[in-house]
Amino acid sequence: MSPVLFAELVAFCAGLLLLTGVLIVWRRDLRAIVRLLAVQGVALSVLVAVIGIDARVPELVAVALLVLALKGFVLPVVLVRVAGPAGPGRVETPTINTTASLILLALLTTLAYLVSQPLKAAGAGPAVAAVPIGIALVLFGFLVLASRRHAISQLVGFLMLDNGIAAVAFLIAGGLPLVVELGASLDILLVVLVLQVLTGRIRAEFGDLDLDDLSELRD
Amino acid sequence: MAALVLLPVVACLGIAALAALSGHPLALRYAGILSAAVVLGGGLGLVAVVLGGTDPTAAGGLLRVDALSAFMLTVVGFVGLTATWGGLSARMTGATGRVYPTLVCLFLGAMSLAVLADNLGVLWVAVEATTITTAFLVGHHGSRRALEAAWKYVVLGSVGVAIAFLGIVLLYAATLASGTPTLSWVVLDQANLPMDPSLVRVAAGLAVLGFATKAGLAPMHSWLPDAHSQAPAPVSGLMSGVLLSVAFYAILRVQAVVDPVIGPELMRGLLVTAGLLSLAVSAALIVRQRDLKRMLAYSSIEHMGLLALAAAVGGPLALTAALLHVLGHGLAKSSTFVVSGRILATEGTTTIAGIRSLFARRPGVAIPFVVGMAALLGFPPFSLFFSEVAIVVAGFQGGLGAVMVVAVVLILVLFAGLARHTATMLFAPARADDVLASAPPAGTDAPSTQPDRASHGPRLPLVIALGATAVVAFASGPLSTLLAQAAALLGGTR
Repeated sequence: MSPVLFAELVAFCAGLLLLTGVLIVWRRDLRAIVRLLAVQGVALSVLVAVIGIDARVPELVAVALLVLALKGFVLPVVLVRVAGPAGPGRVETPTINTTASLILLALLTTLAYLVSQPLKAAGAGPAVAAVPIGIALVLFGFLVLASRRHAISQLVGFLMLDNGIAAVAFLIAGGLPLVVELGASLDILLVVLVLQVLTGRIRAEFGDLDLDDLSELRD
Repeated sequence: MAALVLLPVVACLGIAALAALSGHPLALRYAGILSAAVVLGGGLGLVAVVLGGTDPTAAGGLLRVDALSAFMLTVVGFVGLTATWGGLSARMTGATGRVYPTLVCLFLGAMSLAVLADNLGVLWVAVEATTITTAFLVGHHGSRRALEAAWKYVVLGSVGVAIAFLGIVLLYAATLASGTPTLSWVVLDQANLPMDPSLVRVAAGLAVLGFATKAGLAPMHSWLPDAHSQAPAPVSGLMSGVLLSVAFYAILRVQAVVDPVIGPELMRGLLVTAGLLSLAVSAALIVRQRDLKRMLAYSSIEHMGLLALAAAVGGPLALTAALLHVLGHGLAKSSTFVVSGRILATEGTTTIAGIRSLFARRPGVAIPFVVGMAALLGFPPFSLFFSEVAIVVAGFQGGLGAVMVVAVVLILVLFAGLARHTATMLFAPARADDVLASAPPAGTDAPSTQPDRASHGPRLPLVIALGATAVVAFASGPLSTLLAQAAALLGGTR
């Protein structure tokens, strides 16, 4: 792969990651944010494949297929099943309004570039230059976790955080050893399945998935 | 030798599969105890091997046992045995009968894998796996509160551990410059490995932040009291004595890797902050605590804070004391949690106000409780007394005198709070309206009748655990050699 093409593809995938991150924070329709998360998973898998092909590591291409299957397909399907069969009216009111959250996104992206300065030590090149995008996704994930009170939004926030960490791992180190990669993917899948079962029980017990109801335990 | 290293993990998985598939009542009842016993046996066997001078490996070098891993495996097995054996009577049975024992076995297997792994990534995978296995154990009762605790636990725990993963990724990236990127302890501990300090600095901060969430250190502790108070008593004991300790073990390992590269200042600052904050938070919330299990949970935060301070001090004395403290706290806390389960079963409540004159009415339950609380409060001859004194002394020697003064003041506040609550439950006479309001559901015995001397569960595991806590500080020979070797691995010789 020519260096120019590699740089363009990495930048394209990173841009798509950031764009889906912004849209997930922007949109309030739960099904829409799950779809955006699936797009983000696909963008991540393409990024992994590009890095793998450029570095001529066939292992990474296999990991890319795993990422595609897990983050582009399986996890979104699980989330849609959590959301249930209800119609298009499933929107939520975040605790922060849209304008404020978009301004926060701009600030968080700037912050991501600032805190990524020490990471430049890992090398030069288009992949390392895109690391701040991964950090930004981690911060966006935190924002969603902190500002949304619906169980599905929280799951999406957690998965976006995980996508950000995975993006950083692939951009800065070309991925972790395969056994760790497989174990981590399995863990993420199981965590989401555990949370799926818990949401089912919460819905049965509380009637809906608004986590503001979870406020009995305190000192 | 490799077989012995693989034994604990493989046996736990096998027993879990057996319990889940066969569903035989005997298998379900004793699966947890058997797993813990195998882990303990494997741990003791590996201690003997390590003291013999070899560090066995298995699974292509992914698993490797040194003095520290062998010690931690023994702690996992011993505490696990106390919690599972002691918790026999508190065991839930019924429709979900298979889930509980299977998850307990898987939990013990994951914890064994975490301490046996010679790889930061595998350690991470194992710690995250414990979040998965304990989620349903925390929510086992299925009540609203249990669900709330389980949800908060899984979300906070997973997010925290994900942060640690980011730190591990950056540490791995820092080793790229050396040509052979690795996450293996043996390689990472080599002082001459070229790693970029600025990258390692960020990695260390994130990894400690993440594992501190799992270890219940303030300010990332908020899941802990909820999860510990809602889980069945043996699970609370397992989480407090095993899970928190293993997360702390991860912090110690990370510290041993990064300190030679970036100097001890960063880790010391983080650990002192987390330690003092944990002591302050637990002191503030124990004094006015109204629930027995939450009180024990905050006591765990206190002890994790002390461990963080010990790690901040560093050096042979503080690290040896920290490891002894891990053992003593694990045994004493799992015992008291097991007794809290018996109190819930007999009294029908765990609110402190609802438990009165326990000593006169139910000496069979009250005596192990008071002995366990004495151990947790740090009375001699229990090992927690000696480890706490050693940590404070080491702190003064290591130039953290001011920190230690604050810590001792907070520990005294905690002591007063815990002692007052314990005395209230054991000796305060029951008010007349209380007796009427909180009539025990299981028994018909009023306070005036014959005292209930039954222990409401196996007595032996508590005797063994608390007896071991009492004598372990005086044990010399193999244990002190092992602890010294383990502390040396952590840079205790510097």
